[in-house]
Amino acid sequence: MARLTRAGVLPAPARAGRSVFRSRTLQGFLFTAPLLGIFAAFVIYPILLGLYYASDPDSYRAIFSDPVFRATLANTLWYVVVAVNVKLFLALLLSGMLDYPYPWIRLLSALFLIPWAVPALPGILSFRWMLNSQWGIFNHLLTKFGLASVPWLAQPDTALGAIMVFHIWKYLPFWTIIFVAGRRAIPGELYEAAAIDGAGVVKNFLYVTFPLLRNLYLICTLLSMVFTLGDFTVPWLMTGGAPGDSTHVLATLAYRYTFHMGRLEWGLATFTVALPVTLLFIFLLMRWVKI
Amino acid sequence: MRFFLSLLAIVILVWTLFPVYHMILLSLTPTNDLFQPGLYISHPTLRNYVYTMGQDNPFVRYFWTQLSTSLIVSVWTMLVVAAVAALGSFAMARMKFRFRRYVSGLTLFTYVIPSSFLSIPFFKMMADYDLIDTKLALVLAMVTFASPYALWVLSDYARSLPPEIEEAGAIDGAGTLATFFHLYLPLIVPPLIAIGTYAFLYAWNEYLYALLLLTGEHNIPLPVAMSNFLTTDNAPWNLLMAVSTVYSIPPVILYYTFKRYLVGGLVSGAVSGT
Repeated sequence: MARLTRAGVLPAPARAGRSVFRSRTLQGFLFTAPLLGIFAAFVIYPILLGLYYASDPDSYRAIFSDPVFRATLANTLWYVVVAVNVKLFLALLLSGMLDYPYPWIRLLSALFLIPWAVPALPGILSFRWMLNSQWGIFNHLLTKFGLASVPWLAQPDTALGAIMVFHIWKYLPFWTIIFVAGRRAIPGELYEAAAIDGAGVVKNFLYVTFPLLRNLYLICTLLSMVFTLGDFTVPWLMTGGAPGDSTHVLATLAYRYTFHMGRLEWGLATFTVALPVTLLFIFLLMRWVKI
Repeated sequence: MRFFLSLLAIVILVWTLFPVYHMILLSLTPTNDLFQPGLYISHPTLRNYVYTMGQDNPFVRYFWTQLSTSLIVSVWTMLVVAAVAALGSFAMARMKFRFRRYVSGLTLFTYVIPSSFLSIPFFKMMADYDLIDTKLALVLAMVTFASPYALWVLSDYARSLPPEIEEAGAIDGAGTLATFFHLYLPLIVPPLIAIGTYAFLYAWNEYLYALLLLTGEHNIPLPVAMSNFLTTDNAPWNLLMAVSTVYSIPPVILYYTFKRYLVGGLVSGAVSGT
């Protein structure tokens, strides 16, 4: 709330009477009314509608007795925990490299951003053809080096792995730039002081960089986990749940229940199962993030 | 150290660029060579692009219609988000009013909740209002999910403007609305262009809501049409990659042009705040 009184924000005039305050409230309300209207109609109302349709306990009994649903919960957990954390850890390390002041590093960082700029869909399609068991470039190279070819997308473990690898490929650049920005905000004097104490690269990271980036790192982890929890595009286009519905995540399974099986209430129940975790994450984020 | 860094740089470059190189390579591959994988091609051809542009294949029969659907939805999203966020940011950054906290809470909530969680009720709602297969439905969804970030970037920028704006307005005897249009709006043009770009890209890249809300070859935007290639076993992958490349060009240009506005936002507060 400290930001309210920052320079440039007009506080309500001290001498203003009640009527002026009231008109400020009205003006603020009017200027934000389009936004509030949109959020009420397309966020609050759909949530209430969804909860209403998902309120029948029979739906939960049905989906929890479905082995595909239980496998999906495990897949989603793997996807969210492993893919996000590997990605962010790599991003933290890479941000240190991209922070070096060599000119060629700047060129490298620019090229490094390409996966972020290319939309997810073409990237996924390219990965899919690379991983094709008969004509993909991966298996072509493997057999060239005398190794056995692998049916990447036709067996559950490697298919789920492909989803995670694509996630890391696509979103690593974005989080890396965030961490580069975080590193640039650390005052240089701290490193000078550490240098006087004889600290090397590792000690700099452990005692200066990481403690100062910790909050940012935690916020990014939470944020990325929530976003990934609802991911539909990557799993759907990479495997579509195949082979044999073994690689679904929550969003793709909900889509399958709703649109392929005509079970709207099961689809909604699938999301509702993840709602408590999501709300907990959102609550934590709201407490930590200042806007 | 230098050697280690160079080695790492090569690994990063191969990892980053190979899938994109593979996409472009495939788009230049003639159909006869499609089933002979390799790291380069011996007979590059632009035929796939010619087919795409000329709509000369059943898979790309409605290419231009689908491209313009994508474009129309993205432009409308851009305009509405810019308008809504400009109005909202004026209140959030330049006024102190009673319900400010609730607005920012609701904004953060919308930003954070995965949009797929709302997709099925949203679809149901649009079906109830008979808006399925209209661009309006998709624009409404895109506006909803793109405006929180837009509001932050604009509000953040607006907070850094000097307090003289309202003072000048007050001296001229201008009302709040006049101050907004004549004094505030001209000052926020640069970030307004940037968040407009962000909203455009959000809609351009969207897949799930486009898949749910629009059906039929005439109505669907380009990404949904591309994913429909996958429903058959004999999809022409070289043609699909040509469409993919065309589809990727606008975002790549816009991302690189507006790079510094498209990162940060929510986390920029965390960067400077800790």
